[in-house]
Amino acid sequence: MGKGLALLQRKELVMGFAILIILPWLSPNLYIVNIMVLWAIYSIISLGLSLFFGFAGQISLGHAAFFGIGAYSTAILTTDINFPVWPAFCVSVAFTAFIAFLIGLPILKLKEHFLALATLGFGEILSVVLNEARFITHGTTGITDIPPLSIGSFSFDSYVKIYYLAWFILMSLLFFSHKLIHSRVGRAFCSLSSSEVAASCLGIDTQKYKLKIFILSAVYAATAGNLYAFSINAVSPSTFDLSLSILLIMMVIIGGLGNLWGAVIGAGILTWLSEFLSSYQEYSLTIYGFLLIVLLLFMPRGVIVGWKDIIARLKRLRSILLKNTLLFKGILH
Amino acid sequence: MSLDQIIQSFISGLTTGAVYSLVALGFVIINKSSNIINFAQGEFVMLGGVIMFSLLEKFKMPYLAAALLTVGSVIVIGACMERLIIRPLRETPLFIKIMATLGISIFIRNTSMLIWGRDPISFPPISQSLRISFWGFIFPTQSLWALGLTGLLLIGLFYFFKCTVFGKAIRACAADPQAARLFGIDQNKIVEFSFGLSAGIGGLAGVFITPIFFTSYNVGIMLGLKGFVAAVIGGWGTSTGAIAGGFLLGLLEAFGVSFISSGYKNAIAFLILLIILYWRPIGILPLPKWERV
Repeated sequence: MGKGLALLQRKELVMGFAILIILPWLSPNLYIVNIMVLWAIYSIISLGLSLFFGFAGQISLGHAAFFGIGAYSTAILTTDINFPVWPAFCVSVAFTAFIAFLIGLPILKLKEHFLALATLGFGEILSVVLNEARFITHGTTGITDIPPLSIGSFSFDSYVKIYYLAWFILMSLLFFSHKLIHSRVGRAFCSLSSSEVAASCLGIDTQKYKLKIFILSAVYAATAGNLYAFSINAVSPSTFDLSLSILLIMMVIIGGLGNLWGAVIGAGILTWLSEFLSSYQEYSLTIYGFLLIVLLLFMPRGVIVGWKDIIARLKRLRSILLKNTLLFKGILH
Repeated sequence: MSLDQIIQSFISGLTTGAVYSLVALGFVIINKSSNIINFAQGEFVMLGGVIMFSLLEKFKMPYLAAALLTVGSVIVIGACMERLIIRPLRETPLFIKIMATLGISIFIRNTSMLIWGRDPISFPPISQSLRISFWGFIFPTQSLWALGLTGLLLIGLFYFFKCTVFGKAIRACAADPQAARLFGIDQNKIVEFSFGLSAGIGGLAGVFITPIFFTSYNVGIMLGLKGFVAAVIGGWGTSTGAIAGGFLLGLLEAFGVSFISSGYKNAIAFLILLIILYWRPIGILPLPKWERV
């Protein structure tokens, strides 16, 4: 069951925040800030997916589609239609939520691998449309020259500014999600993952709640998509394909189901891993697949729980050793 | 469309359909024995094609020996995958195992890119004459080989599952794993065998399909997904449904492409899937377990 944010101590939290705030000054290297932005963006999507998958127990292999719809609708609105940026942000999130509503209405009736397959099919269709509907999406070249986000005269035109914005949004969404899963509505969500029959016997309208959490996670993904479009200033269809959907679900699983920090940590591990491995060029994906299998084999409940297990095991080992040495001393005396 | 074009589309649809149905059958066999959805299923087809290519072109082996060795090595790869990765994960939740098969498919795909490169690969077809004419219509011979071999394989599998002790043991495991264990059936062995069998079926499909459609390191993922779609279209969990669904999907795609631009080909399959999942969710949701055998 969900523990929400309560996994970290207050001390650790404060330290984490401090590091986040001073990081751009510590490293003048824009490359690192750039990856941190990507980390925040992926964290936002996997946070939404974690609510849908980890807490409500519904699987989706098509979340890259919502990320893509968010990014593309903003890109189209701000370049081809010359919409102002903030209204474009809001319209694109609302539009994605609407699409999620339309898609969710029929397919959320499905369960388990049928749901996985249906969401995957939706993702594939979107990726084909992004490639083929050239008159709207500009085909495989994608859309470039997206203007930066701005409030009044202040414009988020550098990676450092986007970095603060993205992490601020991530932290707000984390806080919101934490409050959500500890509310009445959140407990209803969580009940879906243990037993839908039991939930509906308790008077929970399971279809309605599933649809709600699906739309909410699509909104998270669309927000991330907007941040992506505004930070990279270009979108192309190859970003939003099946491999991204798989990557997102991997982030949630590797972080560990049923806790919100897991989404952030899983996203961090996979983002940094793929950046780190990209220097190995063509070997990178082979190593990547191998590491995924190893992580699943040795920490099937996610890295947070896996790490705690290791620490607990070490402590037990130490106490046994200590006891034995004491015993040994006792015998000697 | 002229009659000739219709027949061409029909034959090419049946040929792709044969591959889809073999992949779908692989899904069903593994799913029946272990509940796992093996996302690496399409990679077996790819492996069949590329290993056969190496044996034929690099090692100059005779055709039949190369084909047998290819299928054998794909079977070994499938069995190893179960032994090394799926079996240690036995106690974990189902989706972890499914994710592990995804990891395996990423690993296999990119390792074969390192070995065989990015370019499409092909080798000569089984018989020398490329086309054969019946009643004034021209048929590509390799497609006929593909269809014939698929038919033979299906008959063989049917016999195996209905009439041999081992086949019956697999069906028993699918019907009720616990009861099967009480009767002394070793489930580990069954799961390992079913991975090997599915891999072998996929490998064989790779051997006869590559001369027609070529192969490259990245064909596996789409083939796997289409096979899964086929298995769902036919009614999840039944082998006859998987086969019928595969051929149906192949035909629909072949005729769909001649009406819409071929760029949308992959969207067709998934659109059909969404429509079927939407209109007939009850016919597709798994039936009670004793009816699934």
